[in-house]
Amino acid sequence: MSKIGTTEVERIAKLARLGLSADETAQMAVELGRIVEFVTQLAAVDIEGVEPTDQVTGLVDVWREDVVKPSMDRTTLLANAPAQKDGFIVVKRVQNG
Amino acid sequence: MVDLRRPIAELAAQVASGKLTAVDLVQSALARIEETTSYHAILELNPEALARAEAIDGLIKAGESVGPLAGIPFIAKDNYLTFATHTTAASNILAPFKAPYQSVAIDRLEAAGAILVAKANLDAFAHGTSTENSDFGPTKNPVDPTRVPGGSSGGSAASVALGQAVFAVGSDTGGSIRQPAAFCGVVGLKPTYGLIPRTGVVAMASSADVLGPITNCAADATIVLDVMAGPDASDATTIERDKQGYLDATGSLTGLKFGLIKEYLGAGLNIEIKRHILELVEQLKSRGAEVHEVSVPAVELALAAYYILVPAEVSSNLARYDGVKYGHSSTKARDLDETYRLSREEGFGAEAKRRILIGTYVLSSGYYDAYYKRAQRVRTKLIEEFNQAFTQFDILIGSTTPGPAFPLGSKSNDPLALYLEDVMTVAVNLTGVPAISLPLGTVDGLPVGVQLIAPQRAERSLMATAVTVEAVIGDWRTRA
Repeated sequence: MSKIGTTEVERIAKLARLGLSADETAQMAVELGRIVEFVTQLAAVDIEGVEPTDQVTGLVDVWREDVVKPSMDRTTLLANAPAQKDGFIVVKRVQNG
Repeated sequence: MVDLRRPIAELAAQVASGKLTAVDLVQSALARIEETTSYHAILELNPEALARAEAIDGLIKAGESVGPLAGIPFIAKDNYLTFATHTTAASNILAPFKAPYQSVAIDRLEAAGAILVAKANLDAFAHGTSTENSDFGPTKNPVDPTRVPGGSSGGSAASVALGQAVFAVGSDTGGSIRQPAAFCGVVGLKPTYGLIPRTGVVAMASSADVLGPITNCAADATIVLDVMAGPDASDATTIERDKQGYLDATGSLTGLKFGLIKEYLGAGLNIEIKRHILELVEQLKSRGAEVHEVSVPAVELALAAYYILVPAEVSSNLARYDGVKYGHSSTKARDLDETYRLSREEGFGAEAKRRILIGTYVLSSGYYDAYYKRAQRVRTKLIEEFNQAFTQFDILIGSTTPGPAFPLGSKSNDPLALYLEDVMTVAVNLTGVPAISLPLGTVDGLPVGVQLIAPQRAERSLMATAVTVEAVIGDWRTRA
């Protein structure tokens, strides 16, 4: 279990597409280090032979009929888009330069 | 002006019989909200509330049948999508957002005749235990405005305690209904995972998120639960409601087996709250209940597991806020990657950023097994221990919180200290079982709560027990 430094915070922030100022990066390194240290107590727990749980009520493979139903109105959905044109969402160019 | 801190059944009967009108109740709610704005429980009023009240009064006058909540004003946490207002999750990144569809839970409440009067403040994206993480400023505790109302449903709990509506609805991923209910002296119900459809509520951690009511009494929580519960095709995690419904369940304390969770009485618990809990235990025994201590050792690990699993799911659920489809979009971005990074940097508050980073870290290559997978296995241990305890006991009991409401600002520079506030509530979310917090008494004049925990899908017995335990407690304000 590694300690978290600013380089590590920058690596994670890049993975999460999250901009951080230099001050935030330094602050997060300290706080994340403490939080990770706290959760690392689980390393000492004996979990030999214990299966992981990701669904608590025991539901598996909930199916529905594959039928066409009315979907939401395009204009209503686009109304929240920061920029739109001709019924499409406008984004900045994908590659810089 | 009508005091809205009265039982739902009583108010609804008066509206149905014409003794009171829905307009009377909604006007009372709006007036009370206006009178108590300084608590900052509310983010936005529903401009259509009065018109809806008039429509309901019209139906009643015409002799049409109306639902069990006809004319009852309620407040929704601002992570429920609602047509008439913005839905911000108290975050800057969603500040401009107007929902294109409405949450199933709100649809059900409105179909039952309830009237949404306002949206309540919360910790942004429901991340927090004090409502201080709201990007729009904290809510103040109704009992002592220098203190926090708890969180994340702090605005909802405060609004009920202030009488701004008859009930409120919140969400609970790690204690976010029960803890603020305890801090504000109201009732907070966290149902079994999947009992209330979450479609149209801003997702936090999908394997743990549930919705539920915050009310003045346990009977009110049962009525609201009965309206909200049951499967919906739009949420594949939903489960069937109890075939008998929830309304007519009655319980007796005679022979009922309570397990007093030993670990929740430990060193972290405020000594005065412990005294209140033990006094209640004696009262329950004297009325024929059996109460024994039970050890659930894994609850001591629940918080660490929670702060791996939940940030992991948070980082995934918050990935959708990209500055492209809706919400805040940076005007400084020069390309698409900058749209993502800058919109998220500008739009997310410190706690959302912290959780995105922790979650991304524990899910990243090389750490996944050591953190996420291991926490999921600890979760299994916890479930097995709860199952074991429920072979011996009908209801588990403990304090809702380690202490009473703390002063505003006293922990806001210490994220870990705020996380520790959830130490007695998170196990319920990780195991999916239902739990309710009831006001138990006061410590230095501040409300504290007792938590009752039942097996999955045992809401009928939980609610019946809650009503009887509430009667045993009597007026909590006089229990110092």
